[in-house]
Amino acid sequence: MTTLIELKDIMKTYVMGDSVVHALNHVNVQIDYGEFTSIMGASGSGKSTMMNILGCLDRPTSGEYYLDGKEIAGYNDDELAHTRNAKIGFVFQNFNLLAKLTAQANVALPLIYAGVGEEERMERAKKALEAVGLGDRLDHKPMEMSGGQRQRVAIARALINDPPIIMADEPTGNLDTKSSYEIMDIFKKMNEMGKTVLMVTHEPDIAAYTKRILVMRDGKLVSDERR
Amino acid sequence: MLNESIKMALDGMVSNKLRTFLTLLGIIIGVGAVIAMVSLGFGVKENIKDNISKLGSNLLMVSAGGRTASGARLAAGEGARLTFEDMQAIEKQVDGISGISASVNTSYQLVAGNQNWTSRVEGTTPSNFYIQNYELDDGRLFTERDMNSRARVCVIGKTVADNLFPGDDPVGQIMRIKKAPFQVIGVLKSKGSSGMGMDQDDIVIIPLTTAQNRMMGITHVQRITVQAENENVINDVQAEVEQVLRTRHKIKEGDYDDFTISNMAAIMDTMMETANSITLLLGCIAAISLLVGGIGIMNIMLVSVTERTREIGIRKALGATYNNILLQFLIEAMVIGVVGGFVGVALGVGASYGISHFAGWNTVISWWAIVIAVVFSVGIGLFFGIYPARKAALLDPIDALRYE
Repeated sequence: MTTLIELKDIMKTYVMGDSVVHALNHVNVQIDYGEFTSIMGASGSGKSTMMNILGCLDRPTSGEYYLDGKEIAGYNDDELAHTRNAKIGFVFQNFNLLAKLTAQANVALPLIYAGVGEEERMERAKKALEAVGLGDRLDHKPMEMSGGQRQRVAIARALINDPPIIMADEPTGNLDTKSSYEIMDIFKKMNEMGKTVLMVTHEPDIAAYTKRILVMRDGKLVSDERR
Repeated sequence: MLNESIKMALDGMVSNKLRTFLTLLGIIIGVGAVIAMVSLGFGVKENIKDNISKLGSNLLMVSAGGRTASGARLAAGEGARLTFEDMQAIEKQVDGISGISASVNTSYQLVAGNQNWTSRVEGTTPSNFYIQNYELDDGRLFTERDMNSRARVCVIGKTVADNLFPGDDPVGQIMRIKKAPFQVIGVLKSKGSSGMGMDQDDIVIIPLTTAQNRMMGITHVQRITVQAENENVINDVQAEVEQVLRTRHKIKEGDYDDFTISNMAAIMDTMMETANSITLLLGCIAAISLLVGGIGIMNIMLVSVTERTREIGIRKALGATYNNILLQFLIEAMVIGVVGGFVGVALGVGASYGISHFAGWNTVISWWAIVIAVVFSVGIGLFFGIYPARKAALLDPIDALRYE
């Protein structure tokens, strides 16, 4: 297998008054294509910071980050935005759908920034929603859907631009158990279809779906277990 | 991308109708006010131009009396006097003249049948009719022959005709001016009121010689009207007329003139300048309201950016660049500017028509005022939209996503 993500000696440091906080402290990790990985840890352990850097939303203070073979630590904001658009699909704990847009329009959103024409966008969004079992909910707004349905819309949105990586930040955090397992089944299916899935969670039963569990504590990677 | 941004902007505006309307209102009133005020100013200008060109903007009015050495001025017609010979001399010696007339003026009571009326009686040469743009409605004008024979004939204005001969044809009838019988030989077409509000139709015109000898018992004239060939030579003509009169009146070098020349072109220039100042003033006051409308846009855009921080975060996470977000908010501000601008034009044009219809003031809608107002309102949308849009585009995606 080839390497998709490689973090080399990543540091993320916040200066708060006199004290220096190392949110990430010399983190080294390598993730290959097709892996299904979860990052666990207590709050404040640095797993969200890790996710932000992996997701190209934030830059490390020092260290090297290779994504798909490219060093991206030195990218500017626009380059990061293009990278997010093309390489990464995001799924958030609180869904982060636009309330005013229909499910279909929400799903089509990343394609606007990829420069895809409207007709093709809507067509692809329709197919993506059908793939997550929401083919009959195209014109519904987020407020008219259940939590599980909303998260499935978010997953469809993450998949629409066919990125190699799906990054999910506590994707089941706002869902009941039944919906959580349904969502995890979708992630599992996506992984089987070849997507690299990376998620942050603090629930062991959710992490149990994944094939590799990274555990963080105080900004350091303390355990890396493959199953 | 542009299509998307415009669509998003319109969607955003529709989903917040009241707010959009109030923001638009600022621009609408601003643009409308600019157009209405400028139209009003242009109307005033047009009025002045009209009135003066009715009088003749290429006319010089020479009257007797001027500034004396002491600085005190005598009433026109007293002291030094203009004569018919002065007029003839000017006609002969000055180049660039297309017409000249001499006149005397006084007020008399007029009687016809059982009607009476008091009006201005002007004794003048026949050339005065075309110099002053009088047109004949009925009958005939008097001629040189009437002048030479001091004929008791008169041409009357519409107002006089209406008052002395109500419902009757005045031509050929006899009326008495200061008890002397005159035959009415012509009626003039209506000229309306002059720029100074005087009724130009309230007039009786008789031959100069008749007025001088038979009515007033004088030999001088009160006014010489010189018509220059066009407005370009009027200043040269004025200088020459001055020179001719100074020579004839034997005024020494350095002494003041004993006559006064008023230049209609100069009067018009002065009045036009005043009208321009009024237009500019009105326009500026209206432009301030446009500026206030622009600040309204900025205010609303800032609120909108704050409100939609999370949306901006989501869009950025999904791959929107700085330019994408900037464009989205800029277009929103500009759509308000454009829509407000066009509705404002409609309002301004409507208000202009309303003003001229109900208040009776002349308004002239100028195309360039409309174009400038619209361009300005779009520009204001752009200018006041840039700061909020930049603020949105510079948001950090992580902070924006975390924003509640």
